[in-house]
Amino acid sequence: MFEHVDFSLVNWSRAQFALTAIYHWLFVPLTLGLSFIIAFMESIYIKTGNEEWKRITKFWMTLFGINFAIGVATGIILEFEFGTNWSNYSWFVGDIFGAPLAIEGIMAFFMESTFIAIMFFGWNKVSKKFHLLSTWLTAVGANLSALWILVANGWMQNPVGMWFNPEMARNEMVNFWEVLFSPSAISKFTHTTSSGFVLASLFVVGVSSWYLLKKREIVLAKKSILIASVFGIISSVYLITTGDYSAKTLSKTQPMKIAAAEGLYVGSEKAPLLAFGILTKTTDDEILTDSKKFILRIEVPFEGFLSFMANGHSNSFVPGIKDLVEGNPKYNILSYYEKAERGYFAQQVLKEFKDIKDKESPEYKSMLARFSDKDFLENYLKYFGYGTFYDKDEVRMKMKILKIIPNIPLTFYAFHLMVMLGFLFLLIFSLFLYLILKDKIENKGWRWLLRLGILSIPLAYIASESGWIVAEVGRQPWVVQDMMTTLTAVTKINSSSVKITFFLFACTFTILLIAEIRILAKQISKGATESK
Amino acid sequence: MIWLKKILNFYFEGFKNMTVGRTLWTIILIKLFILFVIFRIFFFKDYLKTNFKTDKERSNHVIEQLTH
Repeated sequence: MFEHVDFSLVNWSRAQFALTAIYHWLFVPLTLGLSFIIAFMESIYIKTGNEEWKRITKFWMTLFGINFAIGVATGIILEFEFGTNWSNYSWFVGDIFGAPLAIEGIMAFFMESTFIAIMFFGWNKVSKKFHLLSTWLTAVGANLSALWILVANGWMQNPVGMWFNPEMARNEMVNFWEVLFSPSAISKFTHTTSSGFVLASLFVVGVSSWYLLKKREIVLAKKSILIASVFGIISSVYLITTGDYSAKTLSKTQPMKIAAAEGLYVGSEKAPLLAFGILTKTTDDEILTDSKKFILRIEVPFEGFLSFMANGHSNSFVPGIKDLVEGNPKYNILSYYEKAERGYFAQQVLKEFKDIKDKESPEYKSMLARFSDKDFLENYLKYFGYGTFYDKDEVRMKMKILKIIPNIPLTFYAFHLMVMLGFLFLLIFSLFLYLILKDKIENKGWRWLLRLGILSIPLAYIASESGWIVAEVGRQPWVVQDMMTTLTAVTKINSSSVKITFFLFACTFTILLIAEIRILAKQISKGATESK
Repeated sequence: MIWLKKILNFYFEGFKNMTVGRTLWTIILIKLFILFVIFRIFFFKDYLKTNFKTDKERSNHVIEQLTH
């Protein structure tokens, strides 16, 4: 397998997908969160009848509209890429990916397009209450749209509710509810959308801070900070809670991701949680040895905190990279070598099945029955993807198995950056809320906080993108966990065509991003009075 | 029919009175043209649909890619 792989093609295809997803995610979280903030503001307007709140609502609605318009359809490119660059993957996942995406498309079209139009065009044309309802439905619709793509992503991280059809070489959904309510899908949806709420709250705080520094739009800024900091605090606490749930889910479904994110090379009971660390440069040969892995490590001073996060018990065992690769019989952890052998066996069964021409023969029927046999499903087919790394030669296999370990430094730093920023944001929101309630936000001594408020906008995007890096880099080499690798998912096309589209996307998205920032900056600079 | 007229008029008036929205709609239309006409047609053909005629051929190809 490895001998025939064009790694340049795989890397460029991955880079292209990462680029598209990262750019797409620059637009989405603001839409998810700002829609709710606008809904809160308009609700206060309807409740109080205070025209100032209407003016504030309309101002943020304009910024929401700009972001929505520039971001709309940027995600569609991901779907183009599935068919062209990831055709094996597209075929393999079948309707499991298709069904949620179709629901997303319909939902996005009907809910968002209808209610967004009322939200923007309906002032003074529909009743106040109906307008408010449309604003709320826009927010709910935008977040429900995100649900379906996140359910699809959750399935890739933890494939459940399907049956592998060997005749078609694709997975077929057998239990929609299992796919929808799998712990991975739930944690993906709750953690991702709440990160959008935090980002949007920081956006509102940041823009309002700029006004306060400029001594403009004081009322708008103060009222907006009040709403955004309250929503930000609630969302941050929720984000931390969903992050904890996510860790517990990962410990069961993707323990390697946790090990990589925490830099846990060797597992232990009462595993400590790292607050921060600096990794040494470790070569592939050194990963499984006892060589020094950290230049600096600062642990959270609670014994067994990682064990608690991962399993809910501070005494429990958390496997490290070495335990997962080499296995640990004491804790019933199968080695990657064993999984590779079993996966290889499953692959050979599929290969043999494919070569049987007579569909009526007993041999064909008996082979087909194996794909519904519990023992085969749980002990062999489950590790199907590991077969890609199997080699009869032990030395070569050892080298290949190391490829199942994700990029540890990238996952580790992205994870810690995300977590540190998440807690910083909670502190920022709390400070802003305190100062607004005490009416001290304009005091000279707090100008640094206003500047930090502005800086928190790019920091929020960094944290948000870091989260996706942990989720997606941390699960490598899998596109479908344990079942399909990036190597086998990629379409074997000329890598130069992937390079061309990579740069085309980079240019297009950069232009869109510049357009968004310029239009947003222009509107913010105009302020609420002038902007319509 | 009156309802339909009202709805159409609602959208027409809405678009007519837009300020920032006009720039945004221009961006949206250019973007959709680039995505669906240029990218989709010239760069993003469905590989399996283009290169294989039947689902059987497609599944056989994928199995070959999946196994070794």
